[in-house]
Amino acid sequence: MSRRKGGKLKGLLLGRQIDLTSHIVRTSASIRFENKGSSDTTKVLFALSSAQAERLAYLAAIVLEGKGKSKTQSDPLAVSQVSFQSAPRDIVLYSFSLNKPLKRGESAIVEVNYVLTHVLKPFPEEIKQSDVQLVVYLDNAYLLSPYVVKVQTTTFKLPRSRVESFTKLDASRLADSELKYGPYENVAAFSHQPVTVHFENNQPFAVIKELEREIEISHWGNVYVTENYHLMHGGARHKGTFSRLDYQARPSASGVAAFNRLFAKLPPRAHSVYYRDEIGNISTSHLRSDNKRTDLLLEPRYPLFGGWQVTFTLGYGVPISDFLFYSKDGQRFLDFTFGSPISNAVVDKLVVKVVLPEGSKDPVVSVPFPVEITHERKYSYLDTVGRTVVVLRKENVVPEHDVHFQVYYKFNNLALLAEPLMLVFGIFCFFIACIAYMHFDFSISKSSASYQARLQREEVADAIQRLQKVMNVRAAVTDKLDASLRDLARTGDVASCKAARKAAEATLKETAKEVKSIQEALQASSRAASVLLKVDSLIQKEKEKQDKLLQKHSLTVELYERKLSSKDIDNRIAPYQQKLLVLTQEVSDLLHAIDD
Amino acid sequence: MAAGTEVISPRRGAFGSVLAVLILLLIGILAFSIRLFSVIKYESVIHEFDPYFNYRVTQFLTKSGIYEFWNWFDDRTWYPLGRVIGGTVYPGLTLTAGTMWWIANALNIPLSVETVCVFTAPVFSAYAAWATYFLTKEIKGTGAGLTAAALIAMVPSYISRSVAGSYDNEAVAIFALILTFYLYVKTLNTGSLFYTTLNALAYFYMVCSWGGYTFIINLIPMHVLLCIMTGRFSSRLYIAYAPLVILGTILAALVPVVGFNAVMTSEHFASFLVFVILHVTALVHYIKRILTPKTYRMALTMVLTIGTVGALTLVAILVALVAASPTKGWSGRSLSLLDPTYASKYIPIIASVSEHQPPTWPSYFMDINILAFLIPAGIIACFSPLSDSSSFAVLYMVTSVYFSGVMVRLMLVLAPAACILAGIALSEAFGTLTYSIKYQQIPTLSNEPVSEEKTTALKSAIDSSFKSVVPKDSNKEKTKVEGDEKVKEPVKEKTSKRIRKKEKEIAEKHVEKQVERKPLVLPLEASAVGIVLLILLGSFYVIHCVWAAAEAYSAPSIVLSSQMSDGSVHVFDDFREAYAWLRHNTDENDKVASWWDYGYQTTAMANRTVIVDNNTWNNTHIATVGMAMSSPEKEAWEIYQSLDVKYVFVIFGGLVGYPSDDINKFLWMVRIGGGVFPHIREPDYLRDNQYRIDSMATPTMLNSLMYRLSYYRFAEATMDGNGYDRVRRTEIGKKHFKLAYFEEVFTTQHWMVRIYKLKPSKNRQRGKNKRKTKAVSKKITQKPIKSLKNPWSS
Repeated sequence: MSRRKGGKLKGLLLGRQIDLTSHIVRTSASIRFENKGSSDTTKVLFALSSAQAERLAYLAAIVLEGKGKSKTQSDPLAVSQVSFQSAPRDIVLYSFSLNKPLKRGESAIVEVNYVLTHVLKPFPEEIKQSDVQLVVYLDNAYLLSPYVVKVQTTTFKLPRSRVESFTKLDASRLADSELKYGPYENVAAFSHQPVTVHFENNQPFAVIKELEREIEISHWGNVYVTENYHLMHGGARHKGTFSRLDYQARPSASGVAAFNRLFAKLPPRAHSVYYRDEIGNISTSHLRSDNKRTDLLLEPRYPLFGGWQVTFTLGYGVPISDFLFYSKDGQRFLDFTFGSPISNAVVDKLVVKVVLPEGSKDPVVSVPFPVEITHERKYSYLDTVGRTVVVLRKENVVPEHDVHFQVYYKFNNLALLAEPLMLVFGIFCFFIACIAYMHFDFSISKSSASYQARLQREEVADAIQRLQKVMNVRAAVTDKLDASLRDLARTGDVASCKAARKAAEATLKETAKEVKSIQEALQASSRAASVLLKVDSLIQKEKEKQDKLLQKHSLTVELYERKLSSKDIDNRIAPYQQKLLVLTQEVSDLLHAIDD
Repeated sequence: MAAGTEVISPRRGAFGSVLAVLILLLIGILAFSIRLFSVIKYESVIHEFDPYFNYRVTQFLTKSGIYEFWNWFDDRTWYPLGRVIGGTVYPGLTLTAGTMWWIANALNIPLSVETVCVFTAPVFSAYAAWATYFLTKEIKGTGAGLTAAALIAMVPSYISRSVAGSYDNEAVAIFALILTFYLYVKTLNTGSLFYTTLNALAYFYMVCSWGGYTFIINLIPMHVLLCIMTGRFSSRLYIAYAPLVILGTILAALVPVVGFNAVMTSEHFASFLVFVILHVTALVHYIKRILTPKTYRMALTMVLTIGTVGALTLVAILVALVAASPTKGWSGRSLSLLDPTYASKYIPIIASVSEHQPPTWPSYFMDINILAFLIPAGIIACFSPLSDSSSFAVLYMVTSVYFSGVMVRLMLVLAPAACILAGIALSEAFGTLTYSIKYQQIPTLSNEPVSEEKTTALKSAIDSSFKSVVPKDSNKEKTKVEGDEKVKEPVKEKTSKRIRKKEKEIAEKHVEKQVERKPLVLPLEASAVGIVLLILLGSFYVIHCVWAAAEAYSAPSIVLSSQMSDGSVHVFDDFREAYAWLRHNTDENDKVASWWDYGYQTTAMANRTVIVDNNTWNNTHIATVGMAMSSPEKEAWEIYQSLDVKYVFVIFGGLVGYPSDDINKFLWMVRIGGGVFPHIREPDYLRDNQYRIDSMATPTMLNSLMYRLSYYRFAEATMDGNGYDRVRRTEIGKKHFKLAYFEEVFTTQHWMVRIYKLKPSKNRQRGKNKRKTKAVSKKITQKPIKSLKNPWSS
């Protein structure tokens, strides 16, 4: 149906510019369509050879209106691929829907832009370090049009003036770095005249074989972007040796087709930028940033010659306020760029993952071109239910695709608190468990023999401990008595000495009671049999010792009162002293023995 | 005497323990963070050589799981032999990091394996500091424990092996070592079977982690023997040792890399011998108890005569068995421990590793700093009084000093011992001095006796700070004297609580004789000056440690940096540049040859098959590579061709002045190569016993592959074209030559790594034999034509 209408259309004027300066071939064709049919039409057709259609990365058309300075551009036109049986084989047809119908007899200028990738074939395919890179481009001298075209010209823009060869036709000429074909008049529909250009192109053939971008939204204030690159030099393959010497010493003559730096334009206010690969940080990069932009100059670990590959990861964070907005219906949406920030690179396979915060619901994606959308779930930092991940896949991505896309989702602010609360609760539980462990007795059985035995053992041990304490108190008494005797010798203060003795006797009496009670307790215990003997003898000896000491004490005081010479006193109390020494020794031995 | 304690003690105790926990926490943080200099100054990356292997193993473990790990046959290394990783690796470190990674991921914390590996060592050094605290606390009390923990947290010797990124066995092994010792001493002090079981488990962990476990299994028997000989045999000693030998040996045999070695090699014999001696001693003690002294003496003489004969025969059998094995039952590394000259005499591979050399004196000062002076004081403190545990500390010290003198690497074993003893010394000194100052405050008049109450109150007040100064009878495990609060406590306490308390008491020891022996009091001025000096000494140590951590030990060695004249830092990242190039631009199955030092890094970072690596298990294979490197180009090409090698790389520092390059290691290659292939003779490479690469160098040297690969087109690259080597500080001997069998395929930015590809064999035969050339060219002409065809002509 549309063909019949289309058949009445006619291309009037055509200017086509093919930009071959980089490895991405950009073609811009402006066509004036004239409706010579009998009715209005809203569709115009556009054709590409199937070889080119296969490598087509991007196709867009706009209508130019007005003339001169008042030229305005319409919104991009809707594109759809159509097919007709009558069309020649190896031709792919696209149809643009005009915004307003083209009335009979009227004409409109449509500007078609399309981008092809991997169409510059290096020839020779392998070059040495000292060689320049030559590429071949194959195209049609005429626009492959389903309509008759009245006048058309085609211009190839080349990077340098050096051209090895090109197909010479009637009106072909090479001027400086421009190769022009045309003007040709009244070219029939689907005319085909192959043209080859063989020229020098040393631009970086940066091909990103695979790029995975992960955009993670954290409502705590940042959007984190992680990009995993697999980069390759897509030009003529390097052959033979690589000499660092030549590369460093003669940069103009050696490795001209190789590139060792890439330029990436990160969003403004990007921070925490890192550039690394699987074996660590790559220290060769320069970051320049101000309020409006963040420019990153990346240098791979080594210069990339034809066919050489490298992988790396680029990561950065941007403030969430720059990219997350509220839509009118209260939903949040992320507005982020789709393509790679690296300029002039082809991405063969692009995966964009948008990781929404935990608890987000109903994600809706809006991308201005067709992409494959799937959903995943990702678990990160203490997640319980996991985060929703929107995965967008697209092949053959060029810088033209680096436009903003939106992901709308619903999110409850309370979900933000889930993880901190979980942590608080976890730590709380830990402390509770600690307290519980400190306060509960975790013996398995309270009635088992071993448990009872342990209790009894502990009782015995306790009694012995108490006994030891008492013994120590008593030993302290001994010390005091000794001290008082010494004082007596020095000061001759008999009264204080007597007082000390009285005090000592009182303590001894008191402690004697305690000792008795302990002894009884031990006797009652069945477990204490082994130590009982020792304990008994200890108590006995100790008592003996104290008695002797008291005797000695009283004797000394008495002698002192008789004003005997100190030597005399010493002689008199010597037997006591000896006995005391023996007893003290025995007591301390016994104490040690009990301890074991 | 306990009048004061009654009031103060409980609260002080609680306060003190909270303070101790807080200090320990801070020490842990210190130990962790002082090791992060490398991450801050450089980056979070694995260091050195061996850690790369461990990292690779950990990656495999986390990816494939534990069962696959045990069965892992690695065909990426030791081509064409391969290596059974699961059976030849100490799995402790890998399993630890793998578990940590697994736990983190189970909690949904997305840590990468690399991050976990990088931070394993700092985390475990914090653990090691805590273990040191417990060990020293067992030996000399809390104060010494805290000091020792603080010292080990930043001892340079240990930092050198455990900075972030240094993911080596030692990182966890030192912790395991200290833990094992702690549990041993703990068992020795308590006689608890529970602790001895834990001890066996800790020993098992140590066996899993490091070959240095033989140190434990020899040191502990030595200590047991010491105890027996000094008449310190007790049931606690028996419980501490006997189960450890049985359980420990069984557990050790479970580790594949040890296996039957746990009962078959001489390293373990000492433990079994002491095990027997211990039982004999126990039997003697038992008999002594049941017999009267007279009959006992008779029995003793009888048994001794029979026993001597039996022992002699046993020894004879043992000697015969040991002598029958080729290495006398000892592995080369262990033998070089006993005889420091063994390795350099017989095993060049062991001798060639710098960390296997004996250390120099400055390295002691560098690595343990002031601890070296404090150790003797610590040893003296251990002798007053000598207990089972303090004698262990002394023995540990003495043996580790010996071993550190043999091998630089074992300085690491010395470090904990040094820290423990220095900690004891410092804490004793501080204790004495602060005690003196406290005492000064009381007006002590020589005429009037200090009133008893005052003294006791004072004593109890300084109780806690003073503990370490007062001689303790640590033989006794139970309390002798305690504060009165104990008396007042109800007898029927909760059991668990009581056990805990008891343990605490045991640990804290007793101030029993405090009453009897009055500590010396130094003059106020002297002690104040002393304290200031000690603090000064301590701060020197801290400054030195921080310097060592920040400057000396934090460089990851795969990244080098130098200060530019304008103050900025220039980074030399050549190693990773080369490895990344190999990884991405060579075929996955290509074999790469280099000197063995770079084997681990190549497999881990470049993911390419290597011929030899840092696990030097096959001397012949290494010698083959050494021979190839020292042969002329043609022979080397043939050797490499026979090994299916595609690429050869050399490390070359001559352009930028990187001293540890292959030319400097070259003599070792010659020696190791010559050890197996006698036609490589070291004198051929030396002129008048001097190693030189200038015009006086021998032709053999100048024609060796190593020389040619290192200096290929070097002269052109130098400023004046003279070929001045900045490492050797001389002009090179042979400047302009071409390579016939190798082609340069990649050289890094600073020429530090030069990768060469073996030329295909057709080149070799061209021109030699015309007929052959024709045949060959016929075969290969197909290819160039194909590539020359215009793809657009059709």
